Amino acid sequence: MSDVSFESLEVGQVVATKTLSFDRSTLVRYAGASGDFNPIHWNDTFAQSVGLDGVIAHGMLTMGSAVTVVEEWIGDQARIRDYQTRFSRPIAVPNPGVSEVEVTATVGALDAEARTARIDLNALFEGTRVLAKAQAVVSF
Amino acid sequence: MTQSSVNLDFIGREYPQTSPYQVGREKIAEFARALGSSNPANFSTEVARGLGYPDVVAPTTFAVIIAQAAEAQYIEDPEARVDFSRVVHADERFTYTRPIFAGDELVTTVHVDKIIERAGLAMVTTRCEIEALRDGATEHVVTVTSTLAIRGEGN
Repeated sequence: MSDVSFESLEVGQVVATKTLSFDRSTLVRYAGASGDFNPIHWNDTFAQSVGLDGVIAHGMLTMGSAVTVVEEWIGDQARIRDYQTRFSRPIAVPNPGVSEVEVTATVGALDAEARTARIDLNALFEGTRVLAKAQAVVSF
Repeated sequence: MTQSSVNLDFIGREYPQTSPYQVGREKIAEFARALGSSNPANFSTEVARGLGYPDVVAPTTFAVIIAQAAEAQYIEDPEARVDFSRVVHADERFTYTRPIFAGDELVTTVHVDKIIERAGLAMVTTRCEIEALRDGATEHVVTVTSTLAIRGEGN
């Protein structure tokens, strides 16, 4: 757990990075934990019947896993006030195989009056952003 | 141009408050593991209490479990005409008043805020107001806003 001070932050500063590794078991585990059993996340035949090449990761798995980098960095969950994203590209998960997503958390903006930091998350899969405007607001 | 079949009469609809969802320590740990979290406050009551929490704390997106279950009232209503095989998740947002802790009893009210149609695509925005039951009253915990994009027939 870190003890980060507001004063130590600068816009543009990278505060944390993490590599997410998704394989089919990751998707099945997330389906069970979240209750989202949409077969596009575990059944290739179904995924292909709706026009996909194969199984894709849950957007919420990517969104939730990406923000763990902020949760682990700040330590205190009560400081995470807001978190939003748009889903810009699906992540294909092969069988067998692993899809890796590189997450970088950067200070996007600082509000000295409110004492909040906007942390921007960049999540890259095969060199392309999979989350757009992924932003967490952290209070100090 | 094709039209989406989504029923626009549902704009502004509010569903009755759900029955309470009891937040469990093991469910928080299971969800945190599924996300690859290594935040000890998701797993250890001792660490969580050391931070001043009443019990283990849920990861930021845990509320989606409760929100998606509540949104099913709308999504699975045949009258709403949301064809789930044509749905893509467009965006999601969590706005917290306080974190979710093990032991919370959470009730949810689902609102259908917006349905915008363009070029055969319907963008449906729902908002879940999730509150904790406490001493016979409720306190706001988190607002979950979600937009689904639904392709029309022929798209």
